[in-house]
Amino acid sequence: MSTAPLLQINQVTKTFGGVFALNEVSLDLHEGEILGIIGPNGSGKTTLVNCITGFLELTAGEVLFRGKVISGKAAHKIADMGITRTFQIMRPYYSLPAYKNLVIPLFAPRARRTGGWRGGGKLGDRNTVSIDILEELGFERESFVPYKMASNLPTGYLKRLELARCLALNPEIIICDEVFSGLSMSEIASMVPLIERLQMEGITLIMIEHRLRELFRVANRIMVLNFGEKLMEGTAEEVMADEKVKEAYFGSEEVEEVMEHA
Amino acid sequence: MNANSEQRRRERLDRGIKVRSDGIYSLMSYRELCYLVLPRAVLITGMLILPLVVPTYWQKVVSYVCIYALLTLSFDFLAHFVGLVSLGGAFFVGTGGYFAAILNTVLGLPPLLSIPIATILGAFICTLLLLPCLPLRGVYFAIVTLMYPLLFTRVIEALNILGGTDGMVGVTNFTNHYFIIIMLLAFLFGIRRLVNQDLGLVLRAVKDNDQAVRASGMSITYYKTIAVFIGSVMGCLAGAYLAHVFEWAGLSSFALDFSILPIAATVIGGAGTLVGPVLGAFILVPLNEWLRDFGTLRIVIYALILLAFIVFRSEGIMVYGMRKYHQFEKWVKV
Repeated sequence: MSTAPLLQINQVTKTFGGVFALNEVSLDLHEGEILGIIGPNGSGKTTLVNCITGFLELTAGEVLFRGKVISGKAAHKIADMGITRTFQIMRPYYSLPAYKNLVIPLFAPRARRTGGWRGGGKLGDRNTVSIDILEELGFERESFVPYKMASNLPTGYLKRLELARCLALNPEIIICDEVFSGLSMSEIASMVPLIERLQMEGITLIMIEHRLRELFRVANRIMVLNFGEKLMEGTAEEVMADEKVKEAYFGSEEVEEVMEHA
Repeated sequence: MNANSEQRRRERLDRGIKVRSDGIYSLMSYRELCYLVLPRAVLITGMLILPLVVPTYWQKVVSYVCIYALLTLSFDFLAHFVGLVSLGGAFFVGTGGYFAAILNTVLGLPPLLSIPIATILGAFICTLLLLPCLPLRGVYFAIVTLMYPLLFTRVIEALNILGGTDGMVGVTNFTNHYFIIIMLLAFLFGIRRLVNQDLGLVLRAVKDNDQAVRASGMSITYYKTIAVFIGSVMGCLAGAYLAHVFEWAGLSSFALDFSILPIAATVIGGAGTLVGPVLGAFILVPLNEWLRDFGTLRIVIYALILLAFIVFRSEGIMVYGMRKYHQFEKWVKV
């Protein structure tokens, strides 16, 4: 590879007391790719996201973004550099309507600097921009979905709202923490093209998923975590063929199902 | 007839002048315009004619009410729009009061200069002192705001500075009801506007969900600092004016009353409505004054009223009133 990786994770270790949540995990993320991270429950996937985005401090190791160390910086500074994340447990502002939820990230320094998603460096009226972004993500303007209170929105819309909050910052990297979980098949079917479109627009994505079939369809590369350690890294086919992965997922029906389909 | 067939329930319908978005109304007639403007007009004119109609003895109470109303506004703003439960009424009043007294007696500034300078300076100091606990979540902010007044009274007492236990006497008298009423109205409508603007939305977001704000690339501490500054400006203004009304600033400027009464007024008025807590102060402070004849027994009456409100109308007067005003109600058969 000639180009340097966009994001480098070097020997990252995170302990909680004596428990190793992450043990010397290393990973390179290249510009424009979709990297999938899978692993059984408790294997450290979300901890890794928290470590990259500054929500947790690393015990050891470092994270580099465009060759510069970002580990140790405050979470909002890392987000300001363009590394955004969604939360596994959705965190909308429940007391506000959906479009006002987006006004908040659009108020952030990065959004003002970059003009927001597709803003071209100039940020228009925040209410208008937020409704435009929401419409792109499938909030039907005609049926007034963007005006509904976040507390009244179903899960599918809340997941999109999480993604919209990231997009409002015009990010370089989006880390999606289980955006497919809890969605119906048809909702996922409408999310997949969205993810693919984001990739075509040049956004690099890390996707943490339990829905392996959908993940294997969109991801260019897969990393497998197990008990905080990196088990392997490779294409979907390589991961599916790997004995160690099968062992880690032993009994998991979905893997076998996926493998049968493959 | 059996009881079942007569079961009815109350149906509530919103009046149709509110558009989906906040702060935009569709008005079709003068009647609807009146409906919208009247409560605001009543509030403003009511406050403005208040000093003209009250008897002489109650004149001074008008100023106290406004002072407490400012503190209540500060509490409601911080607690319900930023998520910081502040017990700092006493802290703000004390800081503002002492600053006004120093500026007035030592530097000889007239009240119209000492009050604004003490307000800004005091708010600056309060914010600076509260800064260390702003990155923390939870009850720490409440504890620290309560701790500072205790600390300052002991320091002033022990070191015998700033007049010691006697306080700072000889502050120029400045009792102008209209000054404080207009300040109160300005802050009331200013804060109401602020919380619906983009900056206010971010502050509300900090309360709702601070992690998501961090994930959006904004420093929570920075926005909390702005909010605490706004809150302490209101508190210090109240304190600075109070020093000029009392012609004195002393240890009782740090009295716990300034922290507790705003909370009670917020409970009575309706938390999170901003107007409600101000009305709460307009009820509680005169009541306090009126019950003075009962001596210490007034605390009992006071407590009973509070208890009754918490048990029977915990939403507060304003929320209840707004519901009655904004919605049609009718009984429909089930």
